[in-house]
Formats: sequence, structure tokens, C-alpha cells
Amino acid sequence: MDLWTNGAGLSLMVALPVVGAVILGFMPKKGEEAIKWIGLLTSLLVLGLTVAAAFVFDYDHSEVFQLGTNRPWITALNSSYEIGIDGISLPMMVLSALVTVLAIIYSWNHWEEPKNPKAFLILILLLEAGMIGTFVALDLILFFIFFEVVLLPMYFMIGIWGDKSERTIPVFNKVVENRLYASLKFFVFTLFGSAFMLLGFLALYFNSDPRTFSIPGLIDQAPALAALPFAGLIFAGLFLGFAVKVPMWPLHTWLPDAHTAAPTVGSVLLAAILLKLGTYGFIRIAIPILPEAAKDFAPLIAVLAVIGIIYGSLACLAQTDMKRLIAFSSVGHMGFVMLGISTLSEVGINAAVIGMVAHGVITGMLFFLAGSMSHRYHTRDMARLGGNLVLMPKLGWILSFTAMASLGLPGLAGFWGEFMALLSAFDPQAGLPVGLFRVALVVGAVGTVLTAGYLLWMLQKTNLGEPSEEWADSNFPDADKYELTAWIPLLILTVVIGVYPKIVFGASEGAVSALIEKAFGG
Amino acid sequence: MTYSIDYAALAPEIILAITVMGVLTVDVLVPRRLKYWSAVVALGGMLLSAAAILMLFLDGSGASMFDGSYVVDNFSLTFKALFLAAGYVVLLMSVGYIESDRYYQGEYYFLLVSSILGSLVMSSARGFIVMFIGLELVTAPLFMLAGWRKGDKRSNEAALKYFLLGVLSAAILGWGMSFVFGLTGEVRFDAVAQGMAQAIGDSATRPAAIVAILFVIAGFGFKISAVPFHFWAPDTYEGAPTPVTAYLAVSSKAAGFVGLIVVVYRAFGAVGEIWGPALWLMAAVSMTVGNLTALNQKNIIRMLAYSSVAQGGFMLVPFAAAAASDGAIAPAAVSATVVYLAIYLFMNLGAFAFILAASKHTKSGDIESYAGLSTRAPGLAVLGVVFFFSLAGIPPLAGWFAKFVMFSTAIGAKNTWGWTLGVIAAVNAVIAFYYYARVVKAMWFDAASSEVESEAVVGGSLKLALALCTVAVFVLGVLPGLASTIGDTAAQLLGG
Repeated sequence: MDLWTNGAGLSLMVALPVVGAVILGFMPKKGEEAIKWIGLLTSLLVLGLTVAAAFVFDYDHSEVFQLGTNRPWITALNSSYEIGIDGISLPMMVLSALVTVLAIIYSWNHWEEPKNPKAFLILILLLEAGMIGTFVALDLILFFIFFEVVLLPMYFMIGIWGDKSERTIPVFNKVVENRLYASLKFFVFTLFGSAFMLLGFLALYFNSDPRTFSIPGLIDQAPALAALPFAGLIFAGLFLGFAVKVPMWPLHTWLPDAHTAAPTVGSVLLAAILLKLGTYGFIRIAIPILPEAAKDFAPLIAVLAVIGIIYGSLACLAQTDMKRLIAFSSVGHMGFVMLGISTLSEVGINAAVIGMVAHGVITGMLFFLAGSMSHRYHTRDMARLGGNLVLMPKLGWILSFTAMASLGLPGLAGFWGEFMALLSAFDPQAGLPVGLFRVALVVGAVGTVLTAGYLLWMLQKTNLGEPSEEWADSNFPDADKYELTAWIPLLILTVVIGVYPKIVFGASEGAVSALIEKAFGG
Repeated sequence: MTYSIDYAALAPEIILAITVMGVLTVDVLVPRRLKYWSAVVALGGMLLSAAAILMLFLDGSGASMFDGSYVVDNFSLTFKALFLAAGYVVLLMSVGYIESDRYYQGEYYFLLVSSILGSLVMSSARGFIVMFIGLELVTAPLFMLAGWRKGDKRSNEAALKYFLLGVLSAAILGWGMSFVFGLTGEVRFDAVAQGMAQAIGDSATRPAAIVAILFVIAGFGFKISAVPFHFWAPDTYEGAPTPVTAYLAVSSKAAGFVGLIVVVYRAFGAVGEIWGPALWLMAAVSMTVGNLTALNQKNIIRMLAYSSVAQGGFMLVPFAAAAASDGAIAPAAVSATVVYLAIYLFMNLGAFAFILAASKHTKSGDIESYAGLSTRAPGLAVLGVVFFFSLAGIPPLAGWFAKFVMFSTAIGAKNTWGWTLGVIAAVNAVIAFYYYARVVKAMWFDAASSEVESEAVVGGSLKLALALCTVAVFVLGVLPGLASTIGDTAAQLLGG
């Protein structure tokens, strides 16, 4: 079919949201219904395309970049418009489109103040273009552009609709609103990382022969690049860029602030997709292009990953704010993903891929719930919450279910990522210090216990017990139809991935094993 | 000695010279309410001149006059086109601004077009004398234009500061040139190049040659407001009328860079060991000092002044990288600087046009006064985001590609000097984001302190200026190949 032979389909996935955003830009602000429908239809169209792509995709050759194209773009720099998907990017691409649709559905009657559906939807659509673009890009420059494009909408989302409570900035002793602090911190941290990532990309370019920015092209040159005396430095540059985005401890400090301050939908998109851009970068770019340097860095990554797991869990136990707790839980969960990646083994990378998808589904869901609860209670302070199950049974049960999924209950999506990451740490890629990874395994296993601990603790604080006097007489509306429409797909996915992980592995397995084979010779 | 003059090759300059006189004539002839006709004449003349440039491009044969001191080639034509584009946008910005002041319209356009003519001359200059004449023709009108708001003390201060430092820099440059002439006995760059290589090689003349090079660079350093020659910029930028500030920040700076490119790569091409470290240092310090000082600015124009110091530092990076690579990447470096200038031209002019349009709402130059602009003028606030984030280098706005080619020369030098400068530039790019974002934050995140009644109408010509810059920022950002074509065309200066 023509749509899939020359990259038209993938290009449309990136272009449609932009077109939708531009159309919205010219709509009068008053036509709220029309604006919402255009936004929703655009995102549904994109979702339809990604699902169609998933059906057209050839799973027997999931290591081959498919449905793409390669056209000259900046000829002076040998950079081309090269796009395509393999079994690793496919699940992320579908997830991005799905979460965008759900975010728009959820927003339908949940507009944060100052209410401005037009601007909000424009930003969501631009964000979608950036996210999908990052996952389909096969050229470093193209990847860099989309990687950066994502920042702008999120910056505005946090800055305009974010948390307006105030905080004191340490050192400067200045009082600012959380949204201002968080939006800037988010941007500056990521920009800092990506500036070094760009230097790394350029170093790859100038040391490749023939010079190219093409990711597959550079992977083919991996042996020659490994011989470079400063391959480690290049990897360090890429590492900075991706690690900030993941985020890995100790570069994570922007994350709790950004998540806590962001409006609900912003948090959801941030957790579900944006964090994955970092881990995806490791899998797509850093490891296959510089496998030897990756081996040198792997122990460091593993150590930082388990520190992240333990630190994230402990930090969760110290939170009073429900949303902040979920934010810190991301640090821990992404620690598992990074642990899987650091083993550089087939099992580990597969664990990372499914961990990314599962975290996107589950934590995205948790942020939806945290948002809906704070819309009703107008507080996220867990000391004041309680008895949610009594007050709002539907919402309460969904919260219980999602928390169970998040703590890695077998049979639900969260299980595979954690379990397989630990499994892979037992038997990392040949040449890596096995002892260290097995210690990481043990520490990570302790982390799973802590994870269960803080999530159950959160449930106990918010869901269980009798409502306190403060809420006893209140009559909160339970989850409404928009909320349920947005959530049910995620809940179904949580179960489906849990009992039938092949829905992800089926795509990723072949691609991952080819990647490992090529990088480390099997 | 007789010189043959190729009038066809000089057509762009000749047309502009006629335009200059035409502007004055119209000013004398028409009644007061029709004074804007002088602007029309100026704009028309510039378009004709641009057409002439296009013809010369298509013709492609080029010309060399006055013993090789005045050359029409792809490098000079590229820059002439850029100068005309910048001048055109500045003129569009000026129309409404000057009209509201109600005095001396004809003279204003006369001076502005004269200055543009000077920058065209500089583009073609391949000898010190022509270069100096061109540079003075660019600068002298600006002394007066900076003080155009006669009633405003700050405008007077701006003009005086610019005048004093302009004269000082001309003196330093002239002094350096006289040294070069003394050492080599030549004023044409090609001839100077050989002489300088010998002068540096000979231990007796080496110190004098070093002094000569450093003085010439310092002279241009004032023009491009690189640290430590940047002190005039913030005061002059703040006091001068906004369109003139835009011209200073873009065209006048670009003129300085034209001079620097030609002199450094052609006249001093063989002695990169001397100017390389100097420019490396100037780049690193300009970026850092410019950025750090910009962080604290409360006034948006002052902030842009320091930002332009920092941007100048970024543009110097390719020079240092070219020297660090022993000239191996010199063509790429020239191309990178030109790409940066071309993109900077549109995004910075856009930023000033935006300020001009927004000033009708803000009534003040304080960044704080931009609070809540997004509710009062959403469209304008979006444009503000476009220009300021482009300056910050956020894709897909054109600024990213400018930074990108700059980084690529630093890394392309493939040695520690280049790497270090690349890292310094990377850190600076992040710092810079902070102050550009402050404006965006004020416009979008802060609530207006008080309800200001504003039914401001943005004039048609200013709208056109904004539109031109916006389109350029998007097109060059999404199709950066265009920008690199411009750069590569100019890089033919170095042959090839």
C-alpha cells in the first residue's frame, strides 16, 4: 500500500498533529466544542495510523527498519530525512499516540485554570508530533530536533497551568511559584543534557567515514568508531543527554518538581512518554553505535540505576504529597529500566522495552488518578486524605488496582519489567563484572520490596479507613464518563500486557536480539 | 595608471547611491504630510539594488577592480544580499516609528541608506583602504542616527558613547593597518598575506607583526562588540531609537564580521597561530561575559545588547576552530559564521520588531512590563516566543541550526582547543536560555500587574517586517539546507 511504501504513513503521524495545531491556532477561542473535536479527531487519526502501522509491520523481520523513507534533507551535512520503525520503536510509537488521545479525552471537562482549551490542545498536539517524531527518526539531527521540540509544549504546560503554590528556592532565598520554578528547571536540565548530547552526535559525525548522521549508518560503522581514543568521551556526552531525560540519579532532581507542578495531563504525558525518550536514546543510539564504550560505562550505569531504585523508594516513603510520591516512584521504576539496559543483554533490553511500556501505562494512570483526586479534594496531602474507597468506590478501586500493578504484581504489566531486569542482572553481557551485577540484583530485589512498601503505604493513607471528619459529609462525584473512557484502555492494557507480554515482546524480541548480536557478537 | 571600472558589477552600489540622493530630493520636494515618500523611494531603491545583485549572481562572472581591491564575487554578493535584506527589514521597522516622531524623515532614510551602502562596499573590499572607507561609511551615519531622539538624554548619551568609541576603534584599526602597511608595503589583502607570513617568520619584525594583527582584530572587535570591546553596546542600544538599535545589533555587527572574515582569512590567512588564540579567547570570554551579564538585566533592550555580545562570541567560535585545525576546516568555518549571521539577522531583527510592536502595549522597556502580554495580544506574544526561543536555539526555529553549525566547527577541528571551546559554548547555550525564557515567562506565565488599556494598532510596515522575519525563522529552521547553501556560497571566498 502506498501509505507505507515511501514513509508517507510515518510522516503523516508527525505532520498531522502539527497541521491540527495550526488549524486550532486559527480557530476562534469561543468555539470550544469545535476546538475540542478537532483536537480529538486529529489525535484519533494519528492513533489510527499507528495502529494500522502495527498491523502492516512485518514482525518476522522486526530488526529491520520498516515503513520508512530516506530522502536528502541537509545535503551539506549528509543529514537526511531518514525515518522508519523497528520492533523497539513500534510499541513506543503506538503508546505515544494512545496516551495523547486519552489525555485529550480526559481533558474534555477537566480544564485547569486559567481555562484555555485552545492553547492547551495546541500544546498537546505539538507534543505528540515531537514524541512520535523522536521514535521514528533514524537520523541523529532529526532525532535531536524532535527530542528538543518536546520541551517547548511541556514548558508552557507546566508554566501556564502548573501548581501556583509558592516555594522558596534554596541558596537564592527567593520565593517563587512552583510552576515557574519547575518549568524552568525542567527546561534547563534537559537543555544542559542535550547540549552535550549534540556535541556527542557531532563527534560521531566527524569521526565516521563516510561522514553520516544516519543511525543505521553509524551502527554499521560501530567497529571503526570503537577504535577512537575518545569514544568514552563521546559516550559520556550522549549519556548526559539521555540520563537527564530518564532521569537517572543524581540528575533526577528536576523530575519531582516538574511532575508535582505540572497539570494532570502534563504529568501523564511526561511520565508516560517523555521519560522514555531518554531510555530509548540509550537503546537506539548510545549502545548500538558505541557498544565498547557502553561496556565501560555499564557498571556505572548499573550502580546509578540501583541507587535510583533505592533512593526513589526511600524518597517515596518520605513524601506527604501524593503526586510527589508518584513522581519519585518514577525515579525508582526507571531505575529498573536502566538496570536492564546496563546489563547489555537480550533479556535486559527486552526488560527495558516492556518496562518502558508498562511504566508508561501504569504511572500515566497513577497521575491521572492523582489529578482526579486533587480536583475533588483540592489537596494532595496524604495526611488529610483517607477513606477514598468509601467516598468514591470506582475511583478507589481503580487506584488500588493501579497501585498493585505498579508494585509489580505478577499477572499485571509492571511485573515483567522488574522481574526480567533483575533476572538479566544475574547474567549480564560477557565481559561485564558479574559480581557487581549480582550485587545490583540483590539491591534491586530489596528495592522491589520497598516499592511494594511505599505503594501499599500510599493506598493505606489515601484509600483505606474511614474518611476523616473533614470529608465525612462531602459528596464527591465518582469517576465520570470522561475519566472512565480515558482510563479503561490503560487498565485493559495493564492486564493484557501482564498476562500476554508477547504483545510487546513479539515486536521487540527480534529487534533486540539483532541489536545485541550486532553490538556484542551474540 | 588607469583603472577600468565595470559599471555593471557596481550596479547595486550605484543604484543605492542614486537612491540616497533621491531620498533627499524627495524630502525637499514633497509637503510635510507626504514625507513618507522618502521611505518609499528608499525601499524601492533597495529592491532595485537587490535585483541587480540577483542579476550578478545569475551572471556569475564576477569582477575585480582597482588592482584587486574591489571584488565582486559570490562572497561579496551573498553579503550584499544579506545587508540589503537586513536593511530592508530595518527600514520597514522605521517607517511607523519615525513618522510618529514627525521630524527629519528624509534625513533619517538618507543616513540609513548611506550606511547600508557602506556595508555593500565593505563586502567587496579586498584591501585595507577600501575596507576602511566602507567601514566609516557604515559607522558615521550611525553616530547621528543613534542620537535621533534629540529630546531624550539617553539618546544623546547613546550617540556620544558610540561616537567616541567608534572613533577610538577606527583609530586603533587604522593604526593596525598602518603597521601592516609598514611591514609589507601593501594594502591589498592578497599581497599582504605573503608579506605577513614573512614578517611573522622574521624574528626582527615578529613583534611588530603581532601588534599589527592584534590591533586590527581589536578594531573590528569594537564593531562586533566582542568582550572586552563591548562597553558601548548596552548604553548605545538602550538610548538609540529601537530601529537604529536593531540595525546596530544586526547590520553593523555583520559589517564588522565581513571585515573580520576577509581580513583574517585572506590577509592574515597564513598566520592563524597568532590570531587563532586571540579569537579563541575573545569567543570564550564574549559568550561567557555576555551571557552572565545578560542574566541580570531588567531592561529588555539591555538584555538583548548583552545577548548580542554573547551571540557575537558564538560567531567567533568558527574562527578559533579554523585556526585550531590549521586551516583544514576554514571553508566550513567561514560557512558556519555566515550561516550564523544570516539566521541571527532574521531572528534578532524579529526580536526587535517584536519589541517595537509590543512597546505599544508595555509602554516600557522593562521585562516585567511584558507580564500578561499573552492575554492582551496573543498573536504578538506567540511571535515573541518564536524569536526569543529561536535566539535560544530551540528547534525547529532557525536558531538551532546556527548553533549547530557553530558547534560542528568546534568539534570538527578535532583537537582539544576545539573540544574545549565546544563545551564552553554548550554551557553558554544553556545559560542563554535562562534569560531568553524570562521574557517568555513574563509574557505567558505572569499575570498583568494592572489592566492596561491598550488598543494598540501595529502598523502595516511593521507587520510586514514581523512576517518576513517569522517566515525566515521557520523556513531556515525546517529547511536548514537553504542556510547552509548561503554559507557555502560565501565560503567560496577561500576558493573552491
